[in-house]
Amino acid sequence: MSDYAVRVEGLVKHYGQLVALGGIDLEVPEGTVFGLLGPNGAGKTTAVRILATILKPDGGRAEVLGHDVVREAPAVRRRIGLAGQYAAVDANLTGRENLRMVGILGQMPTPQIMPRAAELLDKFELSDAADRPLRTYSGGMRRRLDIAASLVTRPPVLFLDEPTTGLDLTSRNALWETIEQLVADGTTVMLTTQYLEEADRLAERIAVVDGGLVIANDTPTNLKSQLGSTVVEIRFEKHDGSERAASLLTGNVNGQVERDDGTLRITSNDGARILIDVLRALDANDIAPDTLAVREPSLDDVFLALTGHHAEADEEANDQPVKGRRGGKA
Amino acid sequence: MSTAQVAIERDVIDRRIPMGRLRDTSAVIKRNLLQYIRVPQLLVFSTVQPIIFVLMFRFVFGGSINTGPIPYVDYLMPGIFLQVVVFGSLATAIGLATDLKSGLMERFHALPMWTPAVLVGRTLADLLRNFFVVILMMVVGFLVGWRIHTTLLALVPGVLIVLLFGYAMSWIFATIGLAVKDPETAQAAAFPILAPLVFASASFVQVENMPGWLQPWSRNQPVSVTAETFRALTIGGPTQLLVVKAILWSALIIAIFAPIAVRLYRKAV
Repeated sequence: MSDYAVRVEGLVKHYGQLVALGGIDLEVPEGTVFGLLGPNGAGKTTAVRILATILKPDGGRAEVLGHDVVREAPAVRRRIGLAGQYAAVDANLTGRENLRMVGILGQMPTPQIMPRAAELLDKFELSDAADRPLRTYSGGMRRRLDIAASLVTRPPVLFLDEPTTGLDLTSRNALWETIEQLVADGTTVMLTTQYLEEADRLAERIAVVDGGLVIANDTPTNLKSQLGSTVVEIRFEKHDGSERAASLLTGNVNGQVERDDGTLRITSNDGARILIDVLRALDANDIAPDTLAVREPSLDDVFLALTGHHAEADEEANDQPVKGRRGGKA
Repeated sequence: MSTAQVAIERDVIDRRIPMGRLRDTSAVIKRNLLQYIRVPQLLVFSTVQPIIFVLMFRFVFGGSINTGPIPYVDYLMPGIFLQVVVFGSLATAIGLATDLKSGLMERFHALPMWTPAVLVGRTLADLLRNFFVVILMMVVGFLVGWRIHTTLLALVPGVLIVLLFGYAMSWIFATIGLAVKDPETAQAAAFPILAPLVFASASFVQVENMPGWLQPWSRNQPVSVTAETFRALTIGGPTQLLVVKAILWSALIIAIFAPIAVRLYRKAV
């Protein structure tokens, strides 16, 4: 028996001319969280949809708990839970009715379904709204119910496609705790995300996906050590300011200096110390930046470090990863 | 959870539920019928239109339409029943296209359910809805003077044949809904099919008064055949051949469109 919950070899998927997956390999050990990190259009969702037996691949193979996703799709479907990017629920049914339907269609024995639904409604703090049609739910409540629906049958393997997109901070933290609890109970989770922070917090391993290819597959610690844990970003309205600052700082501070027109990005493992050094150096030379920000590395920084280009070609350097655009591959 | 426990649960995972297909299908039927209870406007407005049709044809146009010795209202009502089931079956296209858009189909595709249950459940729910609307229209018909000349029992085969045809239409509309994948487009795409079927037929007027080139179609197309069957059953005349023709039409439509719809559904997401 395989010790891998998910095993993917040379997986290929085309949409006409567009290559969604250009041959990816992945292995996810049982009982771990695996993160697929990448921008919109990178191929994350396509990979998850193939693993969840919704799409057929054009090449390569994929197995879930030793069952081929094409030839043994029914067996795979009995072992997985899926929560997609948008809430796949019936707006006319109540929360409880939605979970009941998923329980039946998930081939759960009838006597187990209603207690399980009540348990999940309680866990996701939807008990008060359980018997209201979903049309009356807020966006966050719908997403929570969608995730609850993916857990009804207690699947040993769970696919979560950008599970926290659109959730507020409290719901996001609650979901993270739920995921950690599930994994502690033996569930394997594969999640896609655009947030390095999320992948870092939850995943034992992260595969960085870009343009349908896996460009890195490593532990979060190793990825971040290549990257630096703190990013200082300073912007100048005038280019000569950023040029002067770049030549001044390069080699003089303990970090990697990068210039992108008027923006200077200093990446370092030195924590807050780097900020003090940068400010001292600038002040001593009488250079005043127009804006200054200190932050954790974002997906865009991962991309810059790994590929030398931004996560999205037409994206301005931004503190937040980009959302809501398709096909923006760099 | 211990490894042994996990192993036991893995075994349970593949256990089949007895009558699983039936259970899947009835879950889908229930879900689709709940929609009509939760959004009753859907049903109310879809019955207002045929009631207006009945009143209009009975009291406005009826006087100018000559159906010989048969009172026009007795000619009209079978046509109305056909109209309501055909237009009612349009709900299949809109419903499936809506589910595709909402992402619900994606969830269904990843569940270990009997795949055709999504379509069988949907079409059966629309059949039940059609049954309700036909009963309602019969009541409306009786109120405006519709009478049965043969025996009341003739209504049983009559209604069954009309509902069977509506069910067959649901499979045509299921195919359209899954092909266009958008509720508004589905509605627009359905009209060119609905119009020649419902209006170029013996639903409201006699075929004899149509131009010669149109008559072969109007006389033999399924809506006309089914309406004429209902008339023969409730007004009088030979019924056997008509019943056979009506059933064959519906069976043919289902035999062609059900496999296409199931194939489209498998590839729909």
